[in-house]
Amino acid sequence: MIWQLDIIILIIVVISAIAAITVKDLLSSAILLEAYSFLMCLLWTEMGAVDVAFTEAAVGAGISTAFFIGAIYQTTRRTKD
Amino acid sequence: MGTIEFIISKYNYWIYVLLMMIGFYAMIAKRNLVKKIVGMNIFQTAIILFFVSTGSKKGASIPIIQNGHGDVVSHAVNAAQYVNPLPHVLMLTAIVVMVSTFGVALALIIMIYRKYGTLEEDEIFEMSEILRLRK
Repeated sequence: MIWQLDIIILIIVVISAIAAITVKDLLSSAILLEAYSFLMCLLWTEMGAVDVAFTEAAVGAGISTAFFIGAIYQTTRRTKD
Repeated sequence: MGTIEFIISKYNYWIYVLLMMIGFYAMIAKRNLVKKIVGMNIFQTAIILFFVSTGSKKGASIPIIQNGHGDVVSHAVNAAQYVNPLPHVLMLTAIVVMVSTFGVALALIIMIYRKYGTLEEDEIFEMSEILRLRK
């Protein structure tokens, strides 16, 4: 575990989490949540949890973003907050 | 050890709590239902991150025994060389549960949108009042 890499990724994770909940477009929110999941996967890889990391990359970032975009096409992209 | 040093030495736990509170804020304060679910996802990921970080050690490698295949392992396993794999296994289940919760919540959101035509919580409340008075 390299602490410099750890703290840089943690700061980018916090920024992308704040961006995902403040952006005014739900499709942008989906992509930012995907970026958040991939950064989380990177964080777990450098902690030594490789099994958790590839599950997150496949399921958390891949499948859930596909679900999210599908649900947005069924509903609406508009949001007030 | 001073207070500042204590806070800085546990920096990762502070950032996990910060992420958890970002998700909690989104679950409570956001009116849009999809934003609430994004907040729930962030909250769950922060908890999983905390649990996985409890298993990591300084100077340890990933939990795969070297030369574990083929010949019989004759030497004892030194546990300090490997990251603790127990939180990983538990959190693997939690990730799968997180994604299935996400899918069910999005299906419910699609049903709500078909009935009320909006995803904002206050507009859904007004629409349900209108639908109730029309009966």
